[in-house]
Amino acid sequence: MRVIRTVAVNVFRESVRDRVPYNLVAFAVLLMAASYILGQLTAGQDVKIIKDLGLAATSIFGLFIAIFIGIGLVSKEVERRSVYALLAKPLSRSQFILGKYLGLALTLTVNVAVMTVALYAVLAYMGWVQTPAMKAAAELPAVDPALLKAVLLITIELMVVTALALFFSTFSTPLLSAALTLGIYIAGRFNADLRHLDAIVNARPVVWLARAAYHVLPDFAAFDVKTEVVHGLPVPAGYLAATAGNGVLYIAALVAAATLIFSRRDFK
Amino acid sequence: MPAAIRTDALTKDYAVGFWRKRPYRALDALTLEVPAGEVFGFLGPNGAGKTTTLKLLMQLIFPTAGRAEILGRPAGDVATRRRIGYLPENPYFYDYLTAEELLQYFGRLFGYDAAERRRRIGALLDRVGIASERRLQLRKFSKGMLQRVGIAQALLNDPEVVFLDEPMSGLDPIGRRDVRALILELRDQGRTVFFSSHILADAEALCGRVAVVAAGRLAAAGRLSDLHAFQARGWELVVAGLTPEVIARLGAAAGRATEISPGRYTLELSLSQPPERLLPELTAAGGTLVSLNPLRDSLEDFFMQRVAAVGRGARGDTPGSGA
Repeated sequence: MRVIRTVAVNVFRESVRDRVPYNLVAFAVLLMAASYILGQLTAGQDVKIIKDLGLAATSIFGLFIAIFIGIGLVSKEVERRSVYALLAKPLSRSQFILGKYLGLALTLTVNVAVMTVALYAVLAYMGWVQTPAMKAAAELPAVDPALLKAVLLITIELMVVTALALFFSTFSTPLLSAALTLGIYIAGRFNADLRHLDAIVNARPVVWLARAAYHVLPDFAAFDVKTEVVHGLPVPAGYLAATAGNGVLYIAALVAAATLIFSRRDFK
Repeated sequence: MPAAIRTDALTKDYAVGFWRKRPYRALDALTLEVPAGEVFGFLGPNGAGKTTTLKLLMQLIFPTAGRAEILGRPAGDVATRRRIGYLPENPYFYDYLTAEELLQYFGRLFGYDAAERRRRIGALLDRVGIASERRLQLRKFSKGMLQRVGIAQALLNDPEVVFLDEPMSGLDPIGRRDVRALILELRDQGRTVFFSSHILADAEALCGRVAVVAAGRLAAAGRLSDLHAFQARGWELVVAGLTPEVIARLGAAAGRATEISPGRYTLELSLSQPPERLLPELTAAGGTLVSLNPLRDSLEDFFMQRVAAVGRGARGDTPGSGA
């Protein structure tokens, strides 16, 4: 465990020094600018819009980090040959992969946590400047703990994307890994459409292929409960647990597959 | 003395070609034994299979056939890595780290506590001559400085066996001298040093034993002094104060006489002509013997001969095309 933690901490340090924190500054500036502009333009809807915007930005910024750091996690080490000296130390290849994954997962978690705090800070400010009449008219409080449900699923979704990027980076180039990860992410967002493709397509092989893809690809749309939490619709705890559990299983399978491939790989 | 490193018919094929993959034999049935406590030179031209062998020993690549052992354990055994050090060829490390942070990172992988890491890192950075640059990010390091960091990380765990892939690469003359001194120091401490090089002078200066590889095959192995090519094949005398007539007479008896400066000549004698037979005539003619040395092929000559010999055997692109 010590070895895995050491590798993970180094990944975290690398992402910090690779200026990932700039991403957070961009996020904070975006939110503050949006809250100011919306405050001037909208009547009463600005808090909802900021919640929506904040959660969407958390998801998109996180996705950006997960893909673009994830694809380089292993391939960059192999390409630059820094893995040579590292793998001559007392750590196994599976510990290396696990450490790499957990390091980026830690980076993403910290990133999402900071963005969430920034979002709540902006919402608290907006709640503070609201008039009593606006407060009374609002269905939900500005600082709403229900947002954390969406944040939880965004975090797990980003972990799945990271695992995908890591998996591809164990055997392909960064460019191809990025294309494959992004492709699967987009296909996963439309997973439900794959299931019901027979309603609009008659060709059987295509329907079978779509069905197979539906069962194999992660259902990324399931992780998206932003609309529900922003509009006060219920998100049952059972749904949260099932979706999170599904994500964790997916992550475990991807990391295991990445380990298997990496353990047999030649570094030419 | 037990073997520190042993390879048995170690073979590595790569698939080459874009459309139609065909196997290319990078290493062909290498059988080698390196005794513990020696400096072993693994020599060969570029592309001979030196780095492939080292990668197989580190299990950065997997053998097609054969096996390798380090300290009696199969290559790749994670526990054995606590007892070995490895400097890759043209090493690259995380350029966002400083030299000290890199060694801290590797020290943690060995499980050393903070005090132990500080002690080892301080001593090593001093030893390889980059103590004053310890807090500089590696992206600002020159090639020679990176090589020194590479050597430091290879020695971090006080290894019993040290693998150095082209350790002199990128170093200036002072750096080369320092690394030579370091390797001899490791030998004096009883460690085994296995280093690859195509710089033959380094091997001549450092190694007890050498192995020469060419075209993926072992061309020769043994003690430098035992290898036939390094045994004396004659004598070279430098003489002074003799007239051309005396030299012509002596030269007729000797193999060859060459004037190197006015009144100063070299005489080459074959092994069957003992130089002491010439000495009475030399002194009688008023000449002086400046130096007397055995004539032998340099490692360079040997290397070229062996490489040419193996080259004639030709490395096939298909496995088993000749061992």
